[in-house]
Amino acid sequence: MSEIVSKTILQIKEGLKKRDYSALEVTDAFISASESNKKLNFYNTFTKEKAIEMAKTSQSRIDSGEDKILDGIPIAIKDLFCTEGTLTTASSKILGNFIPNYESTVTQNLWDAGAIMLGKVGCDEFAMGSSNETSFFGEVINPWSKVINKNLSPGGSSGGSAAVVSAGAALAATGTDTGGSIRQPAAFCGVTGIKPTYGRCSRWGIIAFASSLDQAGPITKTVNDSALMLNVMSGFDPKDSTSANKNTPDFLKACGNFNLKNLKVGIPKEYQISGMSSEIINLWETGHGWLKDRGADIIEVSLPHTKYALPTYYVIAPAEASSNLARYDGVKYGYRNSQNHLDDLYANTRADGFGNEVKRRILIGTYVLSAGYYDAYYRKAQRVRNLIIQDFNKVFKDVDVILTPTTPSAAFEVGSQQDPISMYMNDVFTVPASLAGLPAMSVPSGLSTNGLPLGLQIIGKQFDEENVLKVASNIEDQAKFPFLN
Amino acid sequence: MEKFLIHGEKDDYQIVVGLEVHAQVNSQSKLFSGSSTNFGSKPNENVSLVDAAMPGMLPVINEFCIKQAIKSGLGLNAKINKFSVFDRKNYFYADLPQGYQISQYSDPIVGEGTVEINFPDGATKKIGIERIHLEQDAGKSLHDQHPSKSYIDLNRSGVALMEIVSKPDISSPEEAGAYIKKIRSILRYLGTCDGNMEQGSLRCDVNVSVKKDGDPLGIRCEIKNLNSVRFVMQAITTEAHRQVEEIENGNEIIQETRLFDAVKSETRPMRSKENAHDYRYFPDPDLIPLVLTDEYINDIKKSLPSLPDQIRKNLVDNYGVSEYDASVISEEKEISDYFFLASKGRDGKLVSNWLTTELFGSLNKNNLKIEDSPISPEHLGELVDFISDGTISGRIAKDVFAEMFETKKNPSNVIDEKGLKQISSSDDLIPMIERVISNNLDKVDEYKNGKEQLFGFFVGQVMKESSGKANPKLVNQLLKEKLN
Repeated sequence: MSEIVSKTILQIKEGLKKRDYSALEVTDAFISASESNKKLNFYNTFTKEKAIEMAKTSQSRIDSGEDKILDGIPIAIKDLFCTEGTLTTASSKILGNFIPNYESTVTQNLWDAGAIMLGKVGCDEFAMGSSNETSFFGEVINPWSKVINKNLSPGGSSGGSAAVVSAGAALAATGTDTGGSIRQPAAFCGVTGIKPTYGRCSRWGIIAFASSLDQAGPITKTVNDSALMLNVMSGFDPKDSTSANKNTPDFLKACGNFNLKNLKVGIPKEYQISGMSSEIINLWETGHGWLKDRGADIIEVSLPHTKYALPTYYVIAPAEASSNLARYDGVKYGYRNSQNHLDDLYANTRADGFGNEVKRRILIGTYVLSAGYYDAYYRKAQRVRNLIIQDFNKVFKDVDVILTPTTPSAAFEVGSQQDPISMYMNDVFTVPASLAGLPAMSVPSGLSTNGLPLGLQIIGKQFDEENVLKVASNIEDQAKFPFLN
Repeated sequence: MEKFLIHGEKDDYQIVVGLEVHAQVNSQSKLFSGSSTNFGSKPNENVSLVDAAMPGMLPVINEFCIKQAIKSGLGLNAKINKFSVFDRKNYFYADLPQGYQISQYSDPIVGEGTVEINFPDGATKKIGIERIHLEQDAGKSLHDQHPSKSYIDLNRSGVALMEIVSKPDISSPEEAGAYIKKIRSILRYLGTCDGNMEQGSLRCDVNVSVKKDGDPLGIRCEIKNLNSVRFVMQAITTEAHRQVEEIENGNEIIQETRLFDAVKSETRPMRSKENAHDYRYFPDPDLIPLVLTDEYINDIKKSLPSLPDQIRKNLVDNYGVSEYDASVISEEKEISDYFFLASKGRDGKLVSNWLTTELFGSLNKNNLKIEDSPISPEHLGELVDFISDGTISGRIAKDVFAEMFETKKNPSNVIDEKGLKQISSSDDLIPMIERVISNNLDKVDEYKNGKEQLFGFFVGQVMKESSGKANPKLVNQLLKEKLN
C-alpha cells in the first residue's frame, strides 16, 4: 500500500480505472499516512469517517461506470474554506467552535467532482502569516524537517496544505493566496502550487482576509495535478461579484508541451535583491537555461515599482482585513467572552479571541484607514498598486511569462524569525503578482546546499494560466525534483 | 412668503436647515441579498447568511434597487452618476453584523438635483438636492425583552435605503415640512419608496443652525431619527430657539448630534461616545464599481410616470381646478388617480369641488384613506353628472352623497329609492307655486308693493312644498312670471 501515497492524482486515477486498488484502499492509505505523521500536526480537524464514507460513494460510482473526474482522490482542505457540518476555524480561537451550515463554492465544486475530504489542515490564523506559527492550534511542521533534524516551518499561510501533500498524506490540498500563501509554502515544502488569476475561483464561503487579493488555488505534487485540480476549482460564481464570468479552459491540455519555441520569458532585474543567497541566484539562472533549451527567448525586463510592492501590500491587506474581521465580535457566532456591557464584550472577545499577528494587522489596517492618515497610507498604496499593475501591463506587451524565484530563501526553523518585518520579507517575490491579480505558480526546482527544497515562480498574464502551466511543466520535467514521498 | 425669523431678546435670527431623508427602497428583497423586506415578520425571519455576516459571505448588488435609486434621482431632476462606488462605513454595534455598513461615500449614484416645494398660498420655492446615495439599513436592538439582556432582530439588516441629502436651502419649519411632503409625494408617485413614516420607511435627520441677517453660516447641530413631518417641524423650532438662547447668553454652539424629545419638547446631546466615530470609509473590495450606460439610464427615464408638478399644472391648465385644490389633489398619487377617474368626460372643476370638500370631509371624519372610500370615483362622477344635467339640485346632492357614503350605493339607485329626483317640469311646479301664493296672499301684496326681498321667502316655500326637489332655477323663473 505504501506506494499509493507516493503517486500523483493522474496515476491514482489510472490505477482506480484498472482496478489495481479501490477508492477505499486509496483513502485508507492516505488516512494511515496522516495518522503516522501526527507529530507534524497537519490537521485542525481530521474527518476520517467522512473520508471513508465519501470513498465508498466514489467507489460505487466507479463500479457503475459513472465516475467523476476526482472520484477516489483524497484531498485536504485549508481550514479557511467553510465546509458544511465540519468545524471551520481559520486556525483562530475566535472561530474555534464554528461549524458552518454551508459549503464554500470551491469545495462544493471539488465534492461535486468526486473528491474525498480527509480533513481541515492548519494555516496561519486568518491566513495572516508566512510560517504557520500564528495558528491558534500550533504550527504544522514541514516534512522536510527530517533532512536536517530541526523543526522547519512549512511556510504560510497554506503551510498545512503544502506539508500534507509533501508528506504523501494527501494527493492534493486547497490553499488560498493573498500575498504568496500558496506559493511560498509550496516552495518550502517541495511541492507545486498555483494562485490563479484573481476572479478565476469563487471566494464565496472562504473566510476573508483581504478581499481584493484573496484567491483560492491547489497545492499538489505535480504540475499536471495542479492543472486538473484547477479545472475543477475554477468557474464563474454569481454569488461572488468579483468572480470572472469566463469559461474555464482545460488546463491539463496546457501541460506537457516541451516545445517553447516563440515563447518569450521575462527576467525582471528588480528581483535581484541585495543579500539574496547565491543558491537562489544559481537556481534562477538554471531555470533560464532550462527554458532556453526548450526554445524560449529569455528577455531581461524591468518592473520598476517592484520595491514598493511589499509596503503597498502591507497597507492594503491589513486595511481590508481590519474591516473584514470586524464581524468576529462575539455577538453572533464563534468565541464570546461574556460581559455585561457591549463595549466590554467586544474588547474582551477580540482581545482573547485573536492572536498577536492578527491584532497587529487589525491595528495597522485601522490606522491606515483613519481620518488624517488615509491619504498618506491607504490612498497612496492604491496609487502605487496601480503603478505596479501598469509595470506588468507594459512588460507583458513584450513577454508571455515572467520567471522569478518564489522565495528569497529555503524553509527556516520554527521560531527563528521573531521580527515581523523580516517575516514579511518572505513575500517579497510573491506579493507583486498578488497586487496585480495575475496568475502565478511555484514549481519545486532544486535543493539548497543543506538539502531543502527551492521553488521557481512563473507569473503569467491575466487569465493566461495556460502559459504559466506550460512553462511550469517544462521546469518540472527538467528539474527532476527529488520528492520526499 | 414672509421671511421666517426667530425673535431673540436682542436680535432677530434666520434659520438655516438641511435635511437628510432616509427613504427605504421599495423592493421585495434586500440591497445585497435575496432576503425578504417584508414589514412585520417575526424577528429574524428574513435573514440570509449574508445579512447575518456569516464568515465567507459576499454581497451581490440587487439590480432592482439600483433602478429604483436611478428613478428617484430622475424624479428629483438630479444628475445620475454613471460611475459610482460602494464604500464600507466601519463601526461596531450589536445590530450591525458585518461591523460595517455598505454605503456610498465619495461617489454616490445620484448627484445634484432640485425639488420645488409648494405652500398653501400657491407660492413655490426651489430646494437643492446635494446627492442621493444607496446604503444598507442596520438591524434592530430590542432592549425591553429581558431584564438584563438585549435581543437583536436582523430583519431590517441589509434593507436598501436611499439617503437624500438636501442643500441648506430650507429656512423655516414650514419649508422643511413642505420639502418632506414633496419628497415623499414624488417617491410615492415613482413607486420607489412607500413613504410610510409610521413604519419607518421614511426617516429624517435635520441639520439646524441660526444666524443674524448678513452674518456667515452658524455652527450646525444634527438632530437624528425623526419619523414624522410634525416632529421634524417641532424639532427645528425647538433647536433653533435653543441655539438663539445659547448665543444670546454668550455661549458658543457646539457642533454635535442631538436627539429630539417630543414629550419634553427639547433637544439634548447624544452620548459623546456615539459622536466620536471615525468611520474609516474605504471602497468595498467585495463589490466592483457600478458603471451605468446612457442607454440604461434613458430606458429608465422613458418609464417614469407623471409626477406631482406636471399633474398640478395639468389640473390647473386643462381641468380648470384652482391652484390650491390642484396642489392638494396632486400631492398623493391615490388622490390624483381618483380625480382622473372621477372627472373623465366631466367638469373637472365641479369634480374637484366635490372631492376636496365633501369627500375629503367625510373621509377625515371617518378616518379613512381615499383608497378605502365607500364612494368609488365612478360613482362620484355620476353624482356630478346628475347635478350638471339638473336631475338633482346641489342641495339634494349632499343628501345623496351622504347616503352613498353610508351604503356604497350608486347615485341613481339612491335618487330612485328616495324619490329625490329634481322636479323640473312646469306642470308639476305650477300647482305648488299657486298653492304657496294662495296661502300667502298678504305677503304677495307686500311684495307687489315693493318689498322685493320677499322673493326668497316664496322660493323657500316652494322648495319646502316640493321637499327640496324642485329645480331652483325653474322655480325662480315661474315665480317671477306668477308674481309680476
